[in-house]
Amino acid sequence: MDRRTFILAGASLAAAALTVTACGTRTESGGAGSGGSGGGATKTAKIGVIAPLSGDLSAMGLGIRNSVELAIRQANESNAIPGWKLEMAAEDDQAAPDTGRNAATKLGGDTSVVAVVGPLNSSVGQALQPVLSGAGIALISPANTNPTLTKGADLANPKRTYENYFRTCTTDDVQGPFAAKYLLDTGVKEVATIHDKKAYGQGLVNAFTEYFTANGGTISAAETINPEDKDFSAVISKVQGGNPKAVYYGGEYPVAGPMSQQMKGAGLNVPLMGGDGIYDGKFIELAGPNSTGDLATSVGAPVDTLDSAKAFVDAYKAAGFSDGYSAYGAYAYDAANAIIDALKKSLADANDVASARKATIEEIGKVSFSGATGDVAFDEFGDSKARVLTAYKVEGGKWTPAKTEDFK
Amino acid sequence: MDLFFQQLVNGLSLGSLYGLIAVGYTVVYGIVQLINFAHGEVFMIGAFGAFTTWLAIGQPQEWSWPMAIFVMLPLMVLGGMIAAVGIALVMERFAYRPLRGAPRLAPLISAIGVSIALQEAVRLGYGLIPGFPSAKSAIPFPHVTGITGETVNLGALSVQKSAVFTIGALVVCTIFLGWFVNKTKMGRAMKATSQDPDTARLMGINVDRVIMVAFAVGAALAAVAGVAHGLRYNNIDFKMGFLSGLKAFAAAVLGGIGNINGAVVGGLVLGMVEVFATTYIPGQFGSSAWKDVWAFILLILVLVFRPQGLLGARVVDRA
Repeated sequence: MDRRTFILAGASLAAAALTVTACGTRTESGGAGSGGSGGGATKTAKIGVIAPLSGDLSAMGLGIRNSVELAIRQANESNAIPGWKLEMAAEDDQAAPDTGRNAATKLGGDTSVVAVVGPLNSSVGQALQPVLSGAGIALISPANTNPTLTKGADLANPKRTYENYFRTCTTDDVQGPFAAKYLLDTGVKEVATIHDKKAYGQGLVNAFTEYFTANGGTISAAETINPEDKDFSAVISKVQGGNPKAVYYGGEYPVAGPMSQQMKGAGLNVPLMGGDGIYDGKFIELAGPNSTGDLATSVGAPVDTLDSAKAFVDAYKAAGFSDGYSAYGAYAYDAANAIIDALKKSLADANDVASARKATIEEIGKVSFSGATGDVAFDEFGDSKARVLTAYKVEGGKWTPAKTEDFK
Repeated sequence: MDLFFQQLVNGLSLGSLYGLIAVGYTVVYGIVQLINFAHGEVFMIGAFGAFTTWLAIGQPQEWSWPMAIFVMLPLMVLGGMIAAVGIALVMERFAYRPLRGAPRLAPLISAIGVSIALQEAVRLGYGLIPGFPSAKSAIPFPHVTGITGETVNLGALSVQKSAVFTIGALVVCTIFLGWFVNKTKMGRAMKATSQDPDTARLMGINVDRVIMVAFAVGAALAAVAGVAHGLRYNNIDFKMGFLSGLKAFAAAVLGGIGNINGAVVGGLVLGMVEVFATTYIPGQFGSSAWKDVWAFILLILVLVFRPQGLLGARVVDRA
């Protein structure tokens, strides 16, 4: 009896696993079938994704995963790499460096993984770099904005640390000053800063402060909070004493949303401004109706107004994902396409994936094409050559672009 | 001076939230000597229960304020209480009662296990129910017209109406609990059981029932705190119970674990310390990031110099 139950359980588990895999690959195999037009065995290469698929930042993480999946589907449908079929291997890093490192180890050990898109957080990126570098796998982040990831710890003497690391977004040393310039241009001279002490938030606030004070602004208060905090009443009351005309926050939307709501509740009716980490619909949801007038900067031009991005947005909508593409979807899509572009050369004569990994890294360094976010190409550090940024304002419960600029 | 009073109000309202949760730790500890580490999750379930009730009454968005405050809010509190008390009773029956005779470490570990299990169950399971949002990231709490996002101005002070709700809830709950424990038969049975469960049993007190009531009372208050949290921060999430639960546990110990008034005082003191450390300690040590350090240093100091806590009585070893 016991044995029978055991076998039954095992069989149903196996059946369930099969059903799940079938679901996951259904659309892809359909696409490949129509494009492959019979003949020749196809080999499989996997593009990994490491992003927060659960937890506070999952809105952004799921946008990244879906956008990569979209790029892979399209590549398979158009038979972009003859003789090869692409698959996605998505791992959840829960926005935690340790979980991310485990995911990278897992993907690094999979001999069919050729390159990875991700992660979202700069701190996770830091943890992934050595692991994937050791495995010789290219990593393109759509969202890591901390400058040290490409240029090394000493920014005065930039030195590329990891040959396999690239990114499609601009960095905080551009984004912080851009926000400062925007505020100064709109006549805001006194700002209070708050950050969450993480690599991203601190870097952003430092870059912001430097530019803001050098160009005639004053910082009325500089505060820090813990990323797990829920209650900001004390810090808000303290900041309020200096009568700032805006609050610049370095951090992400799970904290920034409630903070904006509590600020307005406490009578501090000035805009909260942040970087790309708060540029998400979830921010407005968490901040409530009082978030009108809050500001965010994000990398690139607004995706839904760019002609180059229209095709991406339409395809994303047509693909029927349940989550939006969020702040980094277009960057993840471009990252995946940069990989696919490189694979066209590196996989052309390769017999297996593992031997093509090194060549893929080299080819990614040379890619140059017009992507959803604009021109995609990497400089000698692996940073995106595009330095276009946009400031967004919350209006009528939505982020609306306020100003786009090619910031030098 | 304005800043001082503003921060006093901030500290009071934050402390009230801790106090409401801390009472649950204290009542259970007072009777079964168990630190129910899953109590923070009961608080979280209370908030989700209230949210679920709001979904069930048709997600009213724009009810006028009398309807929102006198119909929707009480219904949500009630729904939260039912969910929290239900979970607490199930937890008591299946995770703690079987271990009642076991060494103290066993129920403690069981409590930690229950805590993690409940968090994960909500994280993974809540969104699976048709029509419910996924709880994998924060869910915006219902907008209660007349409270959410509104403030009362008293001179230069601005007090959020959600803070008024929290402080008011603590006052009402403490008065109710004082009456319940001192004036009702069940309350006296609780006191007797906390002094000596064996003798209480010999006197004809149904100890199992008393323990269930203790869990239920703590859970009901945690549910009120869950609603207060939702109103205050506008959103709830599956891990909200962890940190709040830890703080409330610290508050209960600070006030003297086992003592209901102590839990309230401990909560308020902890809230005040967090707020005033942020305001009045100079330099980077005064930043909000350090507030937990000061709060826990105070806890350690109290435990070193007054191990029974602020209002606790010295524990006499039972013969």
